[in-house]
Amino acid sequence: MQLILFTLLLLSIATPAHAMHIAEGLLPLSWAGLWFVVAVPFVILGVKRLTEISRDDLSMKPLVGLLAAVVFIISCMPIPVPTAGTCSHPCGTAITAILLGPLVSVVVAAVALLIQALFLAHGGLSTLGADIVSMGIVGSFAGWLVFRGMRSVGASLAVAAFMAGLITDWATYLATTLELAAGIRGTAPFWPLAGKIALAFIPTQLPLGILEGSMTAGMVVLLSRKRPDLLVKMRVLKQHEVTVHV
Amino acid sequence: MSDGNITISGRFVCMPAVLLLLLVATAPIAAGDWKGVDEAVVERVAQEHGREAKKPLIDPGDGDILLFVFLLAGVAGGFAAGYYWRMLTERKFTGNGSAHRP
Repeated sequence: MQLILFTLLLLSIATPAHAMHIAEGLLPLSWAGLWFVVAVPFVILGVKRLTEISRDDLSMKPLVGLLAAVVFIISCMPIPVPTAGTCSHPCGTAITAILLGPLVSVVVAAVALLIQALFLAHGGLSTLGADIVSMGIVGSFAGWLVFRGMRSVGASLAVAAFMAGLITDWATYLATTLELAAGIRGTAPFWPLAGKIALAFIPTQLPLGILEGSMTAGMVVLLSRKRPDLLVKMRVLKQHEVTVHV
Repeated sequence: MSDGNITISGRFVCMPAVLLLLLVATAPIAAGDWKGVDEAVVERVAQEHGREAKKPLIDPGDGDILLFVFLLAGVAGGFAAGYYWRMLTERKFTGNGSAHRP
């Protein structure tokens, strides 16, 4: 029943999404190639890390599968933002970075972005490297660092996850801004153009960042109730923080 | 977690749904043509600097075929997420950091 309800919910939101992914051909080949070079080592390290955690603990496989599906869906889910009159989507990489680590999160994002670029015309193949860098690398590491940093100073799980989701979203769009400004500027000065793009993103991404933070906190808290053992294994929760569910 | 923390956690679980509902419910009263930010921002600024988006390698077109492809993606993603969520949550937590099948 839960499965059917979840699927029906997803069917209701299945409309073409247009947002942060950089479309085919927008970046010159030199810049597109550079972002691939930056992305590849992170993807290789992420695949190694994924192999390690899957080999050590078989129960990680369903968690990776769940989060991969969640990132894929979230990152092509258009959400109307009334303050801007436009649509955009969250990234979902904060959840994977918190629960699986930033390197595995890069791999999950890369797979989701590849499928979207191949079959949904959502982001380009030549710009895939740039999209992996912004959503996968910058988003995942920003979210992970914020979460770990806030937990280390005593923030609760929910508050740390909320801030991680918020910063992941904003950092991803900031990275997209810089990639775009660097790629398209020609002879125009870099910083004024970057500022102009960032300002144009703000009306949409400010509220969406709050939504992404809430979604991240909701998912992490829900999993901490349903499977706290997994969160302890991934060092998201400490053993003494775990509530006994019987 | 203390009782107080559980209450706060509960709020965080409900907040995404409430925010999403609020965004969608207030959408019709806002003026706008609901373009994606890629069209409204990214492609517009790129065009001003002489860069145009090209057609994707596998072009699903613009009409209902694209909707259909997104529908299929939603179904596939939804089933995968639901399947793995069930696999994860049908376990019962014992309280000592381990899990077992009921």
